[in-house]
Amino acid sequence: MSQNEISIETKNLRKLYVRGSEEIPAVKDVSLQIYKGDFISIIGPSGSGKTTLINLLGCLDNPTSGEISLGGRPIFNNSKRLSERELTKIRRETFGYIFQNFYLIPTLTVIENVTLPLTFYRKAGTENEGIKLLELLGMEHRKDHLPGQISGGEMQRVAIARAMVNRPEILMADEPTGNLDTKRSAEIIQVLEELNRTVGLTIIMVTHNQELARRADRMFEMKDGQIWELEVLKSRTQAETVS
Amino acid sequence: MITPFQVAYKNLHRKRMRSFLTLIGISLSAWVLVSLLGFNHGYETSLNKDIDNMGFQMMIMAKGCPYEAATMMLKGGTGLKYMKESIINEVTKEPEVEKTTPIFMAAVFDPNKGESGGVAAYFGVEPKTFNEMKPFLKFRQGGWFKDENAYEAVMGYEAAELEQREVGDMILMPDKNVEFKVVGILARTGTQDDGTIFVPIKTAQKIFGKPDEITTLGIKVKKDVDATRFEEKLYQLPDVQVVSLAQVKDTIMKLVSTAKVMVLSIALIAILIAMVGVINTILTSVWERFQEIGILKTIGAMPWDIFKLIWIETLILCTTGGVLGILLALGLSRVTDLVIRHVLPYAPSGGLVLIDTKLILITLVTILSIGLLGGLYPAWKAGRIRPLEAIRGEVGR
Repeated sequence: MSQNEISIETKNLRKLYVRGSEEIPAVKDVSLQIYKGDFISIIGPSGSGKTTLINLLGCLDNPTSGEISLGGRPIFNNSKRLSERELTKIRRETFGYIFQNFYLIPTLTVIENVTLPLTFYRKAGTENEGIKLLELLGMEHRKDHLPGQISGGEMQRVAIARAMVNRPEILMADEPTGNLDTKRSAEIIQVLEELNRTVGLTIIMVTHNQELARRADRMFEMKDGQIWELEVLKSRTQAETVS
Repeated sequence: MITPFQVAYKNLHRKRMRSFLTLIGISLSAWVLVSLLGFNHGYETSLNKDIDNMGFQMMIMAKGCPYEAATMMLKGGTGLKYMKESIINEVTKEPEVEKTTPIFMAAVFDPNKGESGGVAAYFGVEPKTFNEMKPFLKFRQGGWFKDENAYEAVMGYEAAELEQREVGDMILMPDKNVEFKVVGILARTGTQDDGTIFVPIKTAQKIFGKPDEITTLGIKVKKDVDATRFEEKLYQLPDVQVVSLAQVKDTIMKLVSTAKVMVLSIALIAILIAMVGVINTILTSVWERFQEIGILKTIGAMPWDIFKLIWIETLILCTTGGVLGILLALGLSRVTDLVIRHVLPYAPSGGLVLIDTKLILITLVTILSIGLLGGLYPAWKAGRIRPLEAIRGEVGR
């Protein structure tokens, strides 16, 4: 893993929502560089645009203008918009996602939930990834349980395993501890730290919790659609940010 | 790794009652469809069997309503017309004729039949010619009466069962107060002969006061005879009508086909209603899982993957419902038979509902095709769900 290799880069990224005749800028001219292996946290009040930004970075949505490139490969620019099919292809190749509400399929067991992405798309060598991840996350003993039979913290671990099963380069975590108590939240952050450290996973995490955000390598704040870097918390990064 | 089929199957367990009720709807429509198709097939087969079992291809009767004549021959009836016995010789001498057999039919009111009495049919026959015409008739007990003037009777299988008679017993002809000695009981034929009581023709003519008259003359024509031309020839005889059994069959099938069209239309409507139920169930389930489907797309599912998942759910419902319906139809075919028999003015004696492999396949293919067609819209809708809308919870946009 090279410290200087850029994972995601944005230039003048903008997202406008149109409501009636009013244009609401959710993300304003965001330019930032995220390096491979970075653990980034983004904090900010509700409505500051952090979820919109993470959705743009995670190819869940097209920006209104600006550019995004992944590993040096341009994905969006002012003249290029991607179809849902193209977005899906990029997503399943590059990203894993975890959400505040876990979104596990209630009728499937833990192991079935974890391996579900492989039903749709499978990178080579990921056959036994599901069970390995459950072992890594200490959830192997729960593999045949249904989501309704496990705790919130465990559900988020399962969601992390599901996000990781296709060996993504980048993990997008939108309020991953939003529905968990302090103890479970700390455990989830620890899991993310370990994944970042052991497999060099790039993590972009949106959170309200300043204390947890400080566990990342770099911490950003968003307000009114603009972003700036608050602190470089650990020595590994050479990121520059301009807002 | 879990397969799309397993995902779809497990999802149907989420709302068990809803899936179950949808399944019942499909089963019932499959049941109706396969039973009706089976009826269509069975009725014709049984009618053919009944007609073949008569042993003759043509019959002559006194002039009257041809429909009445046809059903009278097949089922027995009242309001009978008679013609002179001399006609036997006139017909038998024709070169086209191989065999003839005269039949004297009579119906009497039997107050002990059924709940409020009923008509009992007696067939006066000539044992020699009748037996030649129907060599396939077998006896369970005894044999034909020997004397044309004897007071003896041969009972059909069901007639004997119903009255609990054995050879040697006496039976009373109601209304006429005449006793007959049972000399033979026929084995089961599966035709109208099972319910008939045969007596010597001369005796019957005497009892009913028509010594030189007969109701019907059954004719078996020689091979290679042009039946239509011979029929025209017979019409030159005075005051008779010729009924060819092929014609009888055609007439009955035409009468029944109107009823069949109506009932098939009802079956199709039932299937359409069941399919609307399927669409509703699947569509509701898609909207309920709006977020979940969006998440499937974030974890790598393409629109086609989602389309497939939803379509498989429809497939599972329709296949299971179809198979259940067919099993139901097979299991209840006897009941269906009884109901149809009760409703129809004339039904042949054999099984009315015949369900074979071909019919089962036709029903399954029909149910599946309509079901899969019904599943298209919900599956297409689900395939179009955008993950971002789903995560934001913008249901139904």
